[in-house]
Parts: sequence; C-alpha cells; structure tokens
Amino acid sequence: MLDIINVSLLLMMIVTALAIARLRSLFAVAMLTGLFSLLAACVFVLLDAVDVAFTEAAVGAGMTTVLFLATLGLTRSREKVTPKDRAIPAMLVAGSCGAVLIYALSGLPEFGAADTPVHQHPITEKYLVTSIDETHIPNTVTTLLASYRGFDTLGEVVVIFTAGMVVLMLLGRCAREREPDQDARAKD
Amino acid sequence: MALQHDQVVLRIVTKLLAPLIMVFGLYVQFHGDFGPGGGFQAGVIFASAVILYGLVFGLDAARAVIPPRTLRLLAPLGVLLYAGTGVLTLLLGENFLSYNAIDPAHPAKGQHYGILAVELGVGITVASVMMLLFFAFAGRGKVKA
Repeated sequence: MLDIINVSLLLMMIVTALAIARLRSLFAVAMLTGLFSLLAACVFVLLDAVDVAFTEAAVGAGMTTVLFLATLGLTRSREKVTPKDRAIPAMLVAGSCGAVLIYALSGLPEFGAADTPVHQHPITEKYLVTSIDETHIPNTVTTLLASYRGFDTLGEVVVIFTAGMVVLMLLGRCAREREPDQDARAKD
Repeated sequence: MALQHDQVVLRIVTKLLAPLIMVFGLYVQFHGDFGPGGGFQAGVIFASAVILYGLVFGLDAARAVIPPRTLRLLAPLGVLLYAGTGVLTLLLGENFLSYNAIDPAHPAKGQHYGILAVELGVGITVASVMMLLFFAFAGRGKVKA
C-alpha cells in the first residue's frame, strides 16, 4: 500500500516538474512549484519526517509561492522563448548533471536500511533515549534544535533576521523614495 | 493587488480562515515540544494569515492590522529574546543557553521554560521577517494595491 502511495507521489512530482519545464506562463509555473513542494511535503510525511514536512508545506508551498507571485507582479509574467541553438548545450549540461546524480545514488545505502551509520552511531541512542530523561520533552526534534543545538539555532534566527533586513534595505527604501516620484508623474 | 468587490466567496472564506490560521499558528508555536512544529513553522503560518488577508483585502488593510513599523521592531526583538535567554543562563552561572539554570531544582522544568522562550523568539522573528518581505515585495508593485 505504502509503495503505491510513494510511487504515485513521485510520479506526480515528475509530471509537475516536466510541466514546469514546458510551461511559458510564469504564474502557472509559480503555482506548480507550490504544488511540487506540497507533494514533497507528503513524501516527507510518509518518511516520518513530520517536522520537515511541516516546514516544506509552510515555506515551500505557502511563502515561496506568494513571493513568486508578488515578484511576477513586478516583472513580466511570460518566459522569453529560448533560442533553438541553445537547446543542445542545455541538454548536455542537464544530462551530465543528471548522470552524475544517478551515479552518486549507487553509493547511498539501500532505502530503509538499518545498518547505516545514522542508526548505529551511539549518539542516536543518546538523543532518542536519554533526551526524554534529561528534558521531559517528547519531540526529539525540538529538543535537538532548541536545547542540544541551541547555539546553532540562534545562528539560524540571526541569518533569517539579517536576510530580511538586507531585502528591506534593497527593496524597502527604494519603494519609499519612489513614492513621491510616481505621485508627481501621475499629476503630469 | 486587492481583488474586486464582487469576489464574495474569497472575501468571506478569508474572513473565516484567517483567525483559524492564526490560532493554528499559536498552537504550533506553543505545542512544538509535544508535537511536530516549533518557532520556524509557527512564524510562517502566523505570517501567512496576515498575507492571505493582504492578498484579498489589499495591502493597506493588512498594514492596518500590523504596521511595518511595528514589524521592524519585532524582528530584532525575537533575536534578542533568544540571545537574552542565553545571557540569562550565563548570569545564573551556567553555560550559554543551558536552560537547567533557569530552575536548578527541576532541570526538566528549566529546559521546558528555556525552550519555550527560545522558540517564541524564533517565531516572532520569522513571522515579522516574512510579513516584512511580503510588504516589501507587494508594496512596490506596478499594480497599486
């Protein structure tokens, strides 16, 4: 049963990716990237990575789509037609990248294998078993993020804050300076 | 970006959904130590309620809910809340961000309060940065809101 769901989700992801590559209307592409993220979130749920699925659904399907749409409101919403002579180099680059990735796949452990370092290293035991005694918090992901790796998470928050401020410096000030200009032009 | 006045279905559904999304955001925020979720997800979910409101009712309506000026204060406040929790544990004589110091008699309780404070900081920063990004992008549109 799970296999059928997995395969159909992955097939839908492939179809969505192909549609994204084919379409020229960027509004449709933005919506389809949201759909792609939602399908990825479903796959993460099936892999029992609920926290990751949650983030993927909220950021990938929600936030990114809105930002794409807002950006398309500022620029053109139709993709330019690519010249025909670029098709062969593009195929070569995409094909070789894909070949490298597929070759790398053979080095990965089998899907669901129990004898990988992730499952056998003693630290797994510590986080999954000892953490509940030390913190009494059932969600190990939260314990890891906020307690054992609290300093890393502080860094992540600072990154988000800095990125937001930089975008504001780039976009926010221009918007304010432009406002009177546009009003003046409107009067003319 | 505001929709026409005849979009009755969208407007009413948004009015119904926005408060529910916000409550769900708060649930994910404060329930993150028991179920999936935490500050990052909760911040985005909470922001998405305001963004949905802004998409349907126009930017000015959304700006009236939470002015960008307030958001610009809230974004660093979250980072400071996070780092401040770390400084507090330092002052209580423990390592940076080792929450056991908050309640030395019950280390597990200290962990709980510490994680709650830190996640709240994450949530505040993420939510305000997301809303600021939306206002920044949508606010300079060719199509006036």
